[in-house]
Parts: sequence; C-alpha cells; structure tokens
Amino acid sequence: MLLISCVMVKGGFTVGQKHSAQKLSVQELIQKSSGKKKKKLIEKMIPIILLLIASVSVLTTFGIVGTLIVETVIFFKEVKVTEFIFGTEWFPFANTEQLFGILPLIAGTLKVTAIAVVVAVPFGIASAIFLSEYASDKSRRIIKPILEVLAGVPTIVYGFFALTFVTPLLQQFIPDLKIFNALSPGIVVGVMILPMIASLSEDAMSSVPNSIREGALAMGSTKLEVALKVVLPAALSGIMASIVLAVSRAIGETMIVSLAGGSTPKFDFNVTESIQTMTAYIVQVSSGDAGYGTTIYYSIYAVGFTLFLFTLLMNYLAHVISKKYREEY
Amino acid sequence: MRYVNHEAVVKKMNKRLIVNRIFKTIFFAATLFALLVLGVLFYRIISQGVGYLTPEFFQNFGSRIPEKAGIKAALIGSIWLMCVVAPVSIILGVGTAIYLEEYATKNKLNDFIRMNISNLAGVPSVVFGLLGLTIFVRALALGNSVLAAGFTMSLLILPVIIVGAQEAIRAVPQDVREASYGMGATKWQTIINIVLPSAIPGILTGAILALSRAVGETAPLVVIGIPVIVHFLPDNLLSQFTALPMQIYDWAKRPQEAFQYVSSAGILVLMIFLLIMNSIAIFIRNKFQKRY
Repeated sequence: MLLISCVMVKGGFTVGQKHSAQKLSVQELIQKSSGKKKKKLIEKMIPIILLLIASVSVLTTFGIVGTLIVETVIFFKEVKVTEFIFGTEWFPFANTEQLFGILPLIAGTLKVTAIAVVVAVPFGIASAIFLSEYASDKSRRIIKPILEVLAGVPTIVYGFFALTFVTPLLQQFIPDLKIFNALSPGIVVGVMILPMIASLSEDAMSSVPNSIREGALAMGSTKLEVALKVVLPAALSGIMASIVLAVSRAIGETMIVSLAGGSTPKFDFNVTESIQTMTAYIVQVSSGDAGYGTTIYYSIYAVGFTLFLFTLLMNYLAHVISKKYREEY
Repeated sequence: MRYVNHEAVVKKMNKRLIVNRIFKTIFFAATLFALLVLGVLFYRIISQGVGYLTPEFFQNFGSRIPEKAGIKAALIGSIWLMCVVAPVSIILGVGTAIYLEEYATKNKLNDFIRMNISNLAGVPSVVFGLLGLTIFVRALALGNSVLAAGFTMSLLILPVIIVGAQEAIRAVPQDVREASYGMGATKWQTIINIVLPSAIPGILTGAILALSRAVGETAPLVVIGIPVIVHFLPDNLLSQFTALPMQIYDWAKRPQEAFQYVSSAGILVLMIFLLIMNSIAIFIRNKFQKRY
C-alpha cells in the first residue's frame, strides 16, 4: 500500500513536472478568471468615463447659452428689449444718456460681411472650378497647400495687413477713405474666407461623378460648358452651404474688424467711414476697463447673444441646404 | 448631299473653344489672386520685421518705447498656454472621439452630442471668450491666468480635435479590430492596443493643426482680459501672462509708426512658431502614417 502510494506520488510528481507548463497555464487561467471581475469592471467603466468626457462639449454649449442668457436678462432689466432691437443709436459711453440700439452694430457687421462675400464668392468659386475641372494633378498639389496656409494665417495678422497695407493702398484710389473704414477689413475678411469657399466648393464639385462629365464631353461640350452647365448645378447645394458657412465665419470675425474697422457704430450704408461691428464692440469693452456689473459690462453679453443667434442661424441654414438639396448619385 | 455643314460647325466650335480658353485663364487668374495676396502679405511682414529680430527682441519685455520692446514675455506665455491647452484638449477630444466612434450606439443622446459638436465648431471665438470670462475667470475665480485662458482655448479647439480624431479612428479598418477580438481581446484592450496606436499619427496631425489655431487666436484672450504689458514670466498655472497674438494686437494698435515694424517682427515670431508646429504635424503624418 505504502509502496503503491509512493509510486503514485512519484508518478504524480513526474507527471506534474512533465506538464508543468500546462499546469502553469491553468494557474494563469485561474488567475485570469479571478481578475476577470476587475476586467469586467474596467469594460463597464470605460464607456461611462468616455461618455462623461464627451459630455464636456455638451456642457460647453449649455455653458455658452446659459451665460449669454443669464447676463442678457440682467442687461434687459436696465435696457428695454424694444430699444435694444429697434434702436438706431449706440452710445454706451455717453455721460448723460446711454443709448443701446443694436442696429448700428448689426449694420457694421453686415457691411463688412457683404463686402467680404462680394470678394470671396467669385474668387472662391472660380478657384474651385479651376482646381476641380482644369488643374492638373501637379498644379493642384501645389495650389491646395498654399490655400491651406492662407486659411491658417491668424486673423490678427490679417488685421495688421488690413490696417497697414490695404487701407493705405485703397486710399490712393479713394482719397475720402478714412483710416478706419468698412471697405478694407471687408476685403481682407473676404480673403480670409476665400480658402474656405474654395476648398469646400471644390470638394462638392469633385464628388460629382466623372461619368456625368464624360457624358457631357461626349456630347461635344467644351470643358467650360461641362463646368458651368453640368458640374456647377450638380454641386450647387455644397457650394451654397460653403458660402453660408463662410458668411457665418465672416460675421463672427473679430480681430480684423477690431484693428481696421474703427469704433464708431453708425446706422447707414457708408463703407468709407469708421464703423463698429458686434465683435469689435465686445473687444473694445473688454480691453478697456468697463467695471464689472455696469450696464456696459452686461451689454457685451447681449451683443454676444445676438452674434451667437446670427451665426447659429447661418450654420443651421448651411446644414439644411446641404442636407435637403443634396443630389445623390 | 451633305447633312452637316462642316465649315459652320468648325466656326461655331472654334468660338466655343476660345470662350473655354478665356474662362480657363480667368479661373486661373482668380486662383492666382489668393496666392498673390499671400505673397504680398509675407513679403510685407518679412521686409518690415526682419530688421527688428535682434537677440534683444527676444530678451526684452514689452515696452512703450519701440526700440526697447521685446517679445520675451509673450513668447514664454504662449508656450505656457500651449502646455495647458495641449493636454486638456487632446484628452477631452480623443476621449470624445473614441466614445463616438467605438461605443456610441445610434440613439437620441448620441445624435445630440454629434449635432452639438458640429454646432460648437461654428460658434465665433469671441463668444468662447465670453464663456471663459464668466465661467473660468469669474465663477471659478481663476482670474486672467494661464489656466483660465488655457481652458477657454481648449474648449474652442475641442470640436476640431474631435472631428480630426474621429476621422483617424474611422480610418482604422474593421478587420484589425475583428482580428483582435478573435484573439480574445476585450473591446477596451482592442481600442488601447490596436486602434489607438494606428490612429495616433492622424490624431496628432489634427491636434497639432488645431493647436496652431489656438496659438494665433486673439479674440478670446482679449475678452477674458489677458494683460498686454507684462514684466515678469509666469511661474505657475495661476499667474498672469501675455501671449504672442495679444502682444501683436497691442503693438498694431499703437499710433507710432515704429511700432508697425515691431508688430511685423512679432508676427514673424508667431509665424515661425506656427511653421514649426505645422512642420511637426507634416513630419508625423509622413513618417508614421500607416496605410492598410
């Protein structure tokens, strides 16, 4: 009996030695299964943590809308809503009677935006047609990065350029032009949004399938006719969306108009005199020392809220255009 | 009998071809316009600014006298700012992108998050400044510090980083993920060990481009009240500071002509800063980009 058990133990021992690798892996398995709870916990926790991280962007939106609304409400306790929306005079720094009618600021913003659109849309779409329909691969490879550089130039640099180069240049042709005006920042904002229109429109045109182009070419069309009569209509929704997005960028543009636009809001259509946009007003107040809690302090939130609504509307419009009128191939 | 008047066709065709050629030239000229503007802009800034790029320019603080004005505080300040913006925005952005690409199912909450991000991308930077002023500077009482400005900038570039990271993660083919699951890896293990390593070049490229936008952004800094003339360097995250675009803004506003040249020099420094960041991005893209 003893002998047998001894043999058995011995046998067991040898077996154990022989298969130690296997045994270890079994041990590992056991360890793993005991660690599985921890792993399962991680697998469960990770999506929750990531969701929390993702909610930061939602919180940001709520933060923006919340602060704008709260502070704007305080502003409207001191200034009538109707005076703010319909007032045609904006004199927040007046000693006797402050006037808060936002129309002059909106007029300034719209003047700059309109000039920018006049500059950017023809040049942008023409560049897009050239890049998508005419340019060889090689020239496209050179031009597109340069457009990207143009899009990446900080707006403060554009502002400096508008103030020190474009304005003096324009003054040679228009002697009446003031140092601060709407024309020069408008043109420069146009240059700033040009790459955006060009590259988004080019994307829209490139996504028009080649078979349609070839069909038109086979019917005897020239490249121009293909571009204007076939590709452009097919890509129209994308092009319109790109223009609307660019307009939204122009409305929100701050530093160019702060540096070159001036700080005298006027409710008219004159582009040669000093203006002020909504964005430039916010910058003017916050770079000066408007005391915390004054009406002027709260006015920047009311102006900011108006600006926010404008850009939101534009972005929504772009979204609707690109979704509703997209042609599917 | 001739069915086609060959001469008339050639005549008409020639006219159309000429119109085509004229328009081709017009389109090309329009494209050149953008390049021309860029050329003039760079030429002006380099020709005006290069004379002021002396060693003293990098050693001096801001000053009211153009000859003594330097960029030291602004340059160091911008680097401090990036040290806050880079980790905060990349962690938040990549986390959100992973959630949206790997975990989010199609439901109302996730649709809302997606829509929200694309809306956030369209909000003007000056409005982000108002957010920073109210929440970080006043409510959290961080003052006009590196941290307050860094958080504001991080939120501003967050949508750009998220979209870039989403694209990079989407570009990792499904097969690789399936192979990883087949080896018994869990979802998170697959993401950490397989998906992220191959998506990282794309993520970093997008992130650096977004960060270079943050370097040049001025409006939020003005709104949260970053001072312009600072005679000390920041020593912790809560100290005051100034940044390159703020300094340039201040110089550009000054009436003396000499400050024009100083601003040009400042812009040159900013552009070199951006150039270095973009080169790093291109280097990463070319060196580590995996193609499947």
